[in-house]
Amino acid sequence: MTTHAAADGALISIPALLARNARKFGANTAYREKEFGIWQSWSWLATAEEVRAIALGLMSLGIEKGDYVAIIGRNRPALYWSMVAAQKVGAIPVPLYQDAVAEEMAYVLENCGARFVIAADQEQVDKVLAVQERVKVIEHVVYLDARGLRKYDHSRLHAMKDVQAEGRAAHERFEAELKRREDAITYDETCVMLYTSGTTGRPKGVVLSNRNIIETSKNSAEFDNLRPGDEVLAYLPMAWVGDFIFSIGQAYWTAFCVNCPESPDTMMTDLREIGPTYYFAPPRVFETQLTNVMIRMEDAGRFKKWLFRVFMDHAKKVGPALLDGKQVSGWDRFKYALGDLFVYGPLKNTLGFSRVRVGYTAGEAIGPEIFDFYRSLGINLKQLYGQTEASVFITQQPDGEVRSDTVGVPSPGVELKIGDNGEVFYRSPGTFVEYFKNPESTKDTKDPEGWVATGDAGFIEPETGHLRIIDRAKDVGKMADGRLFAPKYVENKLKFYPNILEAVVFGSGREFCTAFVNIDLTAVGNWAERNNIAYASYQELAGHPRVYEMIQNHVEEANRSIAGDEMLSGCQVHRFLILHKELDADDGEMTRTRKVRRRIVEEKFADLLEALYGGKDSVYTETEVTYEDGRKGKIKATLEIRNAVVAGDTGRIAAE
Amino acid sequence: MLDAGTDGYVTEDGRKIGGVLMEMKNITLRFGGVEAIKDISFDIREGEIRAIIGPNGAGKSSMLNVISGFYVPQEGEVWFRGQRRPQMKPFQVAAQGIARTFQNIALFEGMSVLDNIMTGRLTQMKSGLAAQTVWLGKAQREEVANRARVERVIDFLEIQHIRKTPVARLPYGLKKRVELARALAAEPMLLLLDEPMAGMNVEEKEDMSRFILDVNDEFGTTIALIEHDMGVVMDLSDRVVVMDYGKKIGDGTPDEVRNNQDVIDAYLGVSHD
Repeated sequence: MTTHAAADGALISIPALLARNARKFGANTAYREKEFGIWQSWSWLATAEEVRAIALGLMSLGIEKGDYVAIIGRNRPALYWSMVAAQKVGAIPVPLYQDAVAEEMAYVLENCGARFVIAADQEQVDKVLAVQERVKVIEHVVYLDARGLRKYDHSRLHAMKDVQAEGRAAHERFEAELKRREDAITYDETCVMLYTSGTTGRPKGVVLSNRNIIETSKNSAEFDNLRPGDEVLAYLPMAWVGDFIFSIGQAYWTAFCVNCPESPDTMMTDLREIGPTYYFAPPRVFETQLTNVMIRMEDAGRFKKWLFRVFMDHAKKVGPALLDGKQVSGWDRFKYALGDLFVYGPLKNTLGFSRVRVGYTAGEAIGPEIFDFYRSLGINLKQLYGQTEASVFITQQPDGEVRSDTVGVPSPGVELKIGDNGEVFYRSPGTFVEYFKNPESTKDTKDPEGWVATGDAGFIEPETGHLRIIDRAKDVGKMADGRLFAPKYVENKLKFYPNILEAVVFGSGREFCTAFVNIDLTAVGNWAERNNIAYASYQELAGHPRVYEMIQNHVEEANRSIAGDEMLSGCQVHRFLILHKELDADDGEMTRTRKVRRRIVEEKFADLLEALYGGKDSVYTETEVTYEDGRKGKIKATLEIRNAVVAGDTGRIAAE
Repeated sequence: MLDAGTDGYVTEDGRKIGGVLMEMKNITLRFGGVEAIKDISFDIREGEIRAIIGPNGAGKSSMLNVISGFYVPQEGEVWFRGQRRPQMKPFQVAAQGIARTFQNIALFEGMSVLDNIMTGRLTQMKSGLAAQTVWLGKAQREEVANRARVERVIDFLEIQHIRKTPVARLPYGLKKRVELARALAAEPMLLLLDEPMAGMNVEEKEDMSRFILDVNDEFGTTIALIEHDMGVVMDLSDRVVVMDYGKKIGDGTPDEVRNNQDVIDAYLGVSHD
């Protein structure tokens, strides 16, 4: 393997891949973005030119090798170009979560010491300026969208188009230096630094090298036969490792096209217009889409309902088998083709999935019904398991071996082992270099041989070699009587009901399990409308007796299903309450990638937890909430607590 | 006191306000025996945000209707861009570069957001019925150009996601925004807003305020607005006219108006003789 820089053609950095793509696929479309209602596109050749102009512009602002460049904004071509331009001049791009509040941003900016910030618009610029007092290292801020910024002090604030123009004008001066810097990039230098959202404590900067990104992209692209001409929709946060791998790593490796939506709200329309061939979404997106389909079917006429039911039942029967290329009788095939004509085809078109060849979901467990629904339609939806520290891929499901309860076999080049305590360890070419300025955490996570602890407990199925994840290793515990406690397992069972958006289960070291439940406003709201239930607010709906009744049924049904699992039957939920507010990242209850921060929820709602275990029927509480603009407010509520029937519990009955 | 000379003035935040764009001279408006507006004079300067406030029934909307040409005052003169405006139909006023939104939303409920905003371009469309029907050559080029302008406005007001949605299906706050979009599409010199924040929650009000400031800043549009929410008015406007029972009882910067005894009385309720 070449460790040193680049004779022409050594593909050891993203800029090198860009140069190759411009040479080999120059006329192919590299980027599309919908602007003013029209899809604008850029070829690889045009992209290379734009990136070059940004790079030269950054040089004229005095960027040095090894500088950190923070990138803040929604998915836009110019921001992707900025990342590559930063790499071109030897700097390190650090994408940030755009919905982070100024406070969170300050920490990351200070931690990496970003001299340059590239921000999308006024909203982001305002946040950066607000923390600039504290984070003194920031020297220049470049913005894309000039709106509202005209009157700002421009001594250190620049419009992207001016930076590019300046770069183009100064190319004589910087061209040679730029070439020199680009040639000096080595395979083991940092490609990108991504901050993990951190379910506990401060975010950590994960340093990923060119080797990590390129090897991973190459392996995973080959695994799924990605090719030039594929289309992806880039809509997930740029600060998330998945977006970096899909929209930069794999996109540059295979030279496929990255499409950027017009605005976050138009994502579904844009999805339909683009019809991506390669698609990634967290389970939540699939859930929401399915919920919407079902809600709209409720409002359809009787004939349509009948048609939908008949063909969906058939699809459930033979769809997955057809997708896996298994034996299906001629009659069933004919009926499926008919269904495709009347139901599946139009439905897929509406959802924007007509052309999906490879679809992935990850991050959380996906409900089996949801998963099967999409697969039965003929959408090749698969699961993968990964994390930032692995440059995404640890395991993934090969075509033909897709199941909802496993996360697949080790990705190419990845070795797996299960620790004594059940924790999953891996080693791969994508394994991160280190946590930035944090050797201690690095040492705790990665051993000298390169094995990385995932923090998840799981096991490998002996027959198939597929990995199954049970829970976060540190969350798996024992109940007071010594029985196994795996909260995630129970929470997932609950979350698979469309009416339940989020659930948090407690029980470690306790006599029995209890749960907080968040209702799904879309699903429950629609149900309320159909049942003539009036409500004025989320809080009122959440506390409605009939909503409680419905959720109670779900909990009891889940209990019956949990009782079927010998090992975990102790985890049945004895008491629960419905929370008066949605768990929210702005209040710190979730990470920006929408994972529940268990400890924080436990601390914040300690009074509710106490009531759950104290045997009370209701509890009064006050909760501080943060609004989007950072102001704080309080909501007050009296919450009802319900007991749920537990099925066939071998030991005790709820202590009441 | 502001310098009321012809050269305009500079606002606190450094914006340059130009000369007089519109001047109302001794306007009196009667409906039968009722005097809705009594001998009111004030001016609106180029680039400023001018508010008209007052308690219910003070004659604010009537005043706006006089400016937009919907009502013809019995007495007084309206001067626009240095010329006395003869009696005009509202569409002629619109063609002069004055656009407005309404207190009670007046959109075409059955049409999409896009089509509604396109109607704002009507004054700019020159091709006839036949050409529009065939939709070739000039008519097509014209529509494309107008659509481009409309798309800028859609982008500006961040309503891309409802472009194709029928207006009837939108919540109130968004309808208000669509109405503003339609007015903006006409590229007005003077934009009249009749209670742009009425019935909105705090967040929607903040968004709307942001948009009003941005419109003024980005397009240099002069804005005259009626609003009930005092906080909003004082934050947004450069100068305020206060009306009560059809009379002008105050005129000046928000600070001047706030300390004006007549205004305080009008709002706190002192008996009228």
